[in-house]
Amino acid sequence: MTTKKAANVGKDCVACGNCVKYCPLDAIMIYRGLYAKVDKDICKSCQKCVKACPADVIEMRTEAIVV
Amino acid sequence: MKKRWYDYLWIFSAAYLALGFFNILFAWIGLICFIVPLLISIIGGSKAYCNKYCGRGQLFELLGGRLGLSRKKAPPKFLRSKWFRYAFLTFFMAMFILMVYNTYLVFAGATLREAVTLLWMFKLPWQWVNTSFVAPGIAQFAFGFYGVMLTSSVLGMITMILFKPRSWCVYCPMGTMTQAICKIKYIGVGQDGKKNETDCGVA
Repeated sequence: MTTKKAANVGKDCVACGNCVKYCPLDAIMIYRGLYAKVDKDICKSCQKCVKACPADVIEMRTEAIVV
Repeated sequence: MKKRWYDYLWIFSAAYLALGFFNILFAWIGLICFIVPLLISIIGGSKAYCNKYCGRGQLFELLGGRLGLSRKKAPPKFLRSKWFRYAFLTFFMAMFILMVYNTYLVFAGATLREAVTLLWMFKLPWQWVNTSFVAPGIAQFAFGFYGVMLTSSVLGMITMILFKPRSWCVYCPMGTMTQAICKIKYIGVGQDGKKNETDCGVA
C-alpha cells in the first residue's frame, strides 16, 4: 500500500515560513532558519503548503505504508 | 486560526509606504526592517522575522491571496536559484552602499537631491516635503532609503502579480542574508544542538 505525503525537497527552500502558516495541522516547522521540515506522521496530504510555497520546493511524495 | 498581534504588521508596511509621500523623513523608520531581522538571525539563529513579523510578506499575501491580485503560478526556476538570490543580494547591497556614500557626500557639503530613485534608474521628483528643519544629510538618507524600500516594494508587487503572492520572499535580500547568517551560525552544530565531534588528530 502507498500514500501521498508532503515532503520538503529542501535544496532551494528559503525558509520564509509561508507553509507553516498554511498548514492546518502544524505539521511544518522551520528548522534553524534554514529550511522547512514536514512531520510526515502528522501530515494529512491536504497540499495547502504545496500551493502556498513561493519557492515551489514542497512536493507530494508517494510513500509505502508499513503495516 | 487565532490571529496574533504580529498578523497585523501588514498595516505597518502599508502605512510606511503611504507616510513617505507625506514626509520623506518617515523613511528612517524603515531601518527597523533592516536591523530587526539581522538581530534575530545573529542572536536567535532563526528566520522568525520572515516567518512571523514581516509586514511586507503579509501585505503581499493579503493583496495576492485574499484579494486575488496574484496569478498564483510558480516563479521561474532562475528566480528561485541560489546564484540569482546571492547575485541580487550583492547588487542590492552595492546599491545600498552607494546610497550611503551619497548621504556622506551631502554631509560633507554636496547639494541635497530631493528625488526618490525608483528601480535604480528613474528619478522621481519629491520636492513637496519640507525637510529644512533637519540636516541635509539626514534628509538625503531618507530620500535614498525610501527609494530602496519603494523599489523593493514595486519589485515585490510585480512578482506578486505574475507569480505566487509571496514570490518576493524567494529573492528578498534580507531573507537571503538572514538565511546565510543562520547557515554560518549552525556550521558544525549537530541536530542535538551540540558541536559535532571532529577528528582533528588530537589525542
